[in-house]
Amino acid sequence: MSTAAAPIGTPKTGTNPISPRLAGANPGDTGPAGTPRATPTPKTSTAWAHARYVLGENPVTLIAALLFAAYAAMALLGSAIAPFDPLASDTARALQAPTWRHLFGTDQLGRDILSRVIVAARVDIGIALASVALVFAAGGLAGLAAGFFGGWVDAVVGRIADTIMAFPLFILAMGIVAALGNTIPNIVLATAIVNFPLYARVARAETLTRRDAGFVDAARLSGHRDGALLLTQVLPNIMPIMVVQMSLTMGYAILNAAGLSFIGLGVRPPTAEWGIMVAEGASFIVSGEWWIALFPGATLMLAVFCFNLLGDGLRDIVDPRRRT
Amino acid sequence: MTALLELENVGKRFPVGRRRFFGGTPQPHVHAVDDVSLTVDRGETVGLVGESGCGKSTLVRLITRLLDVTTGKIWFDRRELAEVPARVFARDDDRAHIQMVFQDAGESINPRFTAANAIADPLRRLLGLRGEALTARVEEAALQCGLPSELLGRFPHQLSGGQRARVGIARAIGTRPRLLVLDEPTAALDVSVQVTVLKLLQRLKADLGLSYIFVSHDLNVVRLLCDRVVVMYLGRIVESGPAAEVFAAPLHPYTRSLVAAVPRLDGERVEAARLTGEPRSPIDPDPNACRFHGRCPVGVARCGTEMPPLRDFGGGRFAACHFAGQAGDRWDKVTST
Repeated sequence: MSTAAAPIGTPKTGTNPISPRLAGANPGDTGPAGTPRATPTPKTSTAWAHARYVLGENPVTLIAALLFAAYAAMALLGSAIAPFDPLASDTARALQAPTWRHLFGTDQLGRDILSRVIVAARVDIGIALASVALVFAAGGLAGLAAGFFGGWVDAVVGRIADTIMAFPLFILAMGIVAALGNTIPNIVLATAIVNFPLYARVARAETLTRRDAGFVDAARLSGHRDGALLLTQVLPNIMPIMVVQMSLTMGYAILNAAGLSFIGLGVRPPTAEWGIMVAEGASFIVSGEWWIALFPGATLMLAVFCFNLLGDGLRDIVDPRRRT
Repeated sequence: MTALLELENVGKRFPVGRRRFFGGTPQPHVHAVDDVSLTVDRGETVGLVGESGCGKSTLVRLITRLLDVTTGKIWFDRRELAEVPARVFARDDDRAHIQMVFQDAGESINPRFTAANAIADPLRRLLGLRGEALTARVEEAALQCGLPSELLGRFPHQLSGGQRARVGIARAIGTRPRLLVLDEPTAALDVSVQVTVLKLLQRLKADLGLSYIFVSHDLNVVRLLCDRVVVMYLGRIVESGPAAEVFAAPLHPYTRSLVAAVPRLDGERVEAARLTGEPRSPIDPDPNACRFHGRCPVGVARCGTEMPPLRDFGGGRFAACHFAGQAGDRWDKVTST
């Protein structure tokens, strides 16, 4: 969490470009002699221009974005950029330390660890993405409805969230996967369920503070009924905080998926997956073959790190109060 | 002249506290609005005054059909609206005809909407306008409210208080309403901006043939702008009548103290008109006692056992006090001591 908090403070240290920009965008602004400004600044600040501004302003977010791009490439391209077949074993080359040929070394079956790390990105990030999307839809909507309508809706959503929170979350995820069978859809479901209270509560709290806002009444006067009002007026307002939440839980979701695999309740070998690779490599650390566990573990750690940092950067981009 | 809006014995009660699981004591209710009848004629400006918590805002929400009434009828242009649930009224044909300007313009504009988008929202939803027709109508409304078109692309946090107020007004007049409810439209503004906004409202009323319900704390503004004034106290109307006459010679003791409380340039003050004590509780109030009893400088034992009805004093003036009309003597007696 401390890593996630770091980039918030960083913009303050640099020069603040907000005020000159605002002044430049003011159409009524005039130069010192009372003449209109010679160089009118472009009025349309596109999302892309704003994203570039935020990234330039906040180098930590830039690093996170670059890392994210790398992970996205790994997940999308997968085996196309992997130098070797991640499943092809070659016992003659087993347990080789990192070399130029095998940058991350090889494991006990002679499989190239770099290739396996790359191919595993799709599995891990895919699981995390699917579960975050699922829990965002379910938890977000439940929280919205609970905060907006109150009464029995609030009571039902609140008690469901409490029930889930009553269990140690990882144990609950283990239990769900163990009961339903360890397939990828079940891992996605388990990860989504353990994150449900977080989303429902954040969405509920954010909705509660806006339920009685003037713009909600104004929207009713504009002809919005409750359903449309929730989705088109309230939801966009709680999106920034939900996006941050999504990015933060994305990291936890990856950890969760890898953790389940690590203890043998997730994806099954020989599929390339970071958790399994760390589990398999763990027994070799004692005998000196550190690279088998280290590289997938470091990749996993960096992924969590990256999504946490990205959450803060995304908030800056999405929140219009920061838009200049 | 026929009435545009007519409220008939409108009441709104809110349950408070928790209902006991096994019944027992009946559920207590806050009587936010109690037995209110009033009319607004076409082209008329009716002022609604009263202290905080007197039910003005609830009454406004009932009139604008954001809340359902507990009792009574609301006639708008000879149509009964109270029987249409507030949820359904959002898509009603008359939704476009009753619009509202909010107290805090900044808070009443969705922070994720640009000014143009905020003004366009009711036009899109209620009139089904799209494309160029929509843009033209948005710019027309903005122009009518003196809002430069360069500002239309801005978000509310990039606008000044006066500009936000204009966006709020432009949004409200965009659908060409017939009744505009103004809920303290200038309360959040600087005094200098207040004047321009009030002038704008005056001009719009004449140009567009609007009828106003004007809620305000500022009695000077009400006196200047309103044709008639309705004074509320604890959910009930205590006095109503032509604004000039009500302010010149108030009939109800509460109105008297309100008028006396207006700061005057000569610094003179009717000290005895200051009210002491707290208002009575609005939770299940005694139906047989005057709501003002206990705080009223005139009150006698009768006020505690008999609710004074709203009586007609001729010339469109009404007051709910046993001693109104003859109260002059009584009032003078109280204030001279």
